[in-house]
Amino acid sequence: MQDLEKYILRIADSSLILSHRLSEWCSKGPSLEEDIALSNISLDLLGQANSLLEYCGKINGTKTADDLAFKRGEREFFNFQICEQENGHFGDTIARQFLFDSFTLLFFKKLSESKDEILSAIALKSIKEINYHLRHSSNWVLRLGDGTATSKEKIQNSFNKIWKYTGEFFEMDQLDLKMLDLKIGVNNNQLKKEWDIIVNDTLKKAKLNRPEDGFMMTGSKNGIHTELLGKILSEMQYIPRAYPDAKW
Amino acid sequence: MKNDIFSINLQKHNYLNMQEEIFQDKINAEKKIEPKDWMPDGYRSHLIRQISQHAHSEIIGMQPEGNWITRAPSLRAKMILLAKVQDEAGHGLYLYSACETLGVTRDELNKQLHEGKAKYSSIFNYPTLSWADMGAIGWLVDGAAIVNQVSLQKTSYGPYSRGMIKICKEESFHQRQGYEIMAHMANGTKEQKEMAQDALNRFWWPSIMMFGPQDSDSPRTGNAMKWKIKRKTNDELRQNFIDKTVAQAELIGLKIPDPDLKWNEERGSYDFGEIDWEEFWNVVNGNGPCNEQRLEHHKKAHTEGEWVREAAKAYAKKQTHNE
Ligand SMILES: [Fe+2]
Ligand SMILES: [Fe+2]
Ligand SMILES: [Fe+2]
Repeated sequence: MQDLEKYILRIADSSLILSHRLSEWCSKGPSLEEDIALSNISLDLLGQANSLLEYCGKINGTKTADDLAFKRGEREFFNFQICEQENGHFGDTIARQFLFDSFTLLFFKKLSESKDEILSAIALKSIKEINYHLRHSSNWVLRLGDGTATSKEKIQNSFNKIWKYTGEFFEMDQLDLKMLDLKIGVNNNQLKKEWDIIVNDTLKKAKLNRPEDGFMMTGSKNGIHTELLGKILSEMQYIPRAYPDAKW
Repeated sequence: MKNDIFSINLQKHNYLNMQEEIFQDKINAEKKIEPKDWMPDGYRSHLIRQISQHAHSEIIGMQPEGNWITRAPSLRAKMILLAKVQDEAGHGLYLYSACETLGVTRDELNKQLHEGKAKYSSIFNYPTLSWADMGAIGWLVDGAAIVNQVSLQKTSYGPYSRGMIKICKEESFHQRQGYEIMAHMANGTKEQKEMAQDALNRFWWPSIMMFGPQDSDSPRTGNAMKWKIKRKTNDELRQNFIDKTVAQAELIGLKIPDPDLKWNEERGSYDFGEIDWEEFWNVVNGNGPCNEQRLEHHKKAHTEGEWVREAAKAYAKKQTHNE
């Protein structure tokens, strides 16, 4: 696999897997309006994943976006582990989404300056969507953090539990460094400062405590995941794998 | 004294009669009734029942299709399905608002649904067992809904009529997308063809039952026609749907599971077999394959979302205090 291909897959997979999780909310939201909002975000992420995978397929030359989404195994997926974590209750989903949105907004802003024109165009389009996602998730962090005693306790716990998955956002491996060198990729490490500001600011407004940066999970850059990803894939990929000759 | 009360009552009676006459004249002249206009109690309650049933159907209908979103077989198929189910949620929202113009709240409507006092379309009490069911639902269920809703665009209540015009546009997208799935599968591998035919076999009869009981067994049709809430009878709508759908099935090589289906030259319509009304009433009365599951699912989401809605309310209250 080419370096660029793998670099793009990392971005695409995070969008794809988180989109999958959000789509699980369909018909289960706390209100009809929220059901629609979560589907909306899921759709945006799916659109991002689709554009990125199509580009990836073009570079690859032999695979389609669908092949990449539906025919790769667990160890060939490179999404952040935070994206595959379970929806839990609404607060868990919001905490996961808020931390992810804060990161991807910064990431895509930098990616829009990439020398790779297609990546830059996809990033530029995505920024508009992520702005909306971040507004939605931070508004809910405020409502839940500064809502009732119950909601405060719940969302605080959500943040405490999910925190260890945020370390992966800022990792840089050999491939990332190479892409950065080529002025194609982003320096994730440098995003941490600004991410801290966004997150701390919102948590403070919501009267929540920021969890300590302690032990952090890692592995997704090498295709190491939690057990949850395999279950997502077996559901997501079941039809194309059961009927390999069929077109849909 | 006694005489006085009698004469007041008589005046009131005359006044009501007059109101009702003006109302009916308006209806006869094809003018729309708007929320602030006077309307008979029966008209109002009929509309609340019908529009809320329609809204509940849109919402409960999200479940059988939502069942396949995480398993959609291609990225494109997943986007189309997700967007479709989202549309249905939007339809529900829109119809609840139309219902609220008649003086009921969404909370009350929700409560009626949970207590089993309000119905939703029985079609959604059937399970979705394969991907082909996403095709069958779009093609047949949205297709049947369109036939009904096109006639409701001319319904006499303004907000409902306008809602139908808006919703119909999206429903015809859904119908085409569903048909596309079916066409694709019917022309696909042997297994795909079998799945498509199986979905048609399972959804055909429930779909034509969607139009409700036969006119001869439909007790409420009388006033609904007079008030022009309903513009066509159940049997007319059903026939319209069947005539339109048979050719579509033929075009993609699928067979409608009705041995009695035959073109009737004289009527210019298809004759069709006897509908299993026992099954129909069974499902209406709660004994379909998924009745309990659908309602439980809806209640569970509502209950689990309680603390979220409470938090949002508390937060909003604090904000206005702080202003
Ligand atoms: Fe609809
Ligand atoms: Fe509908
Ligand atoms: Fe629809």
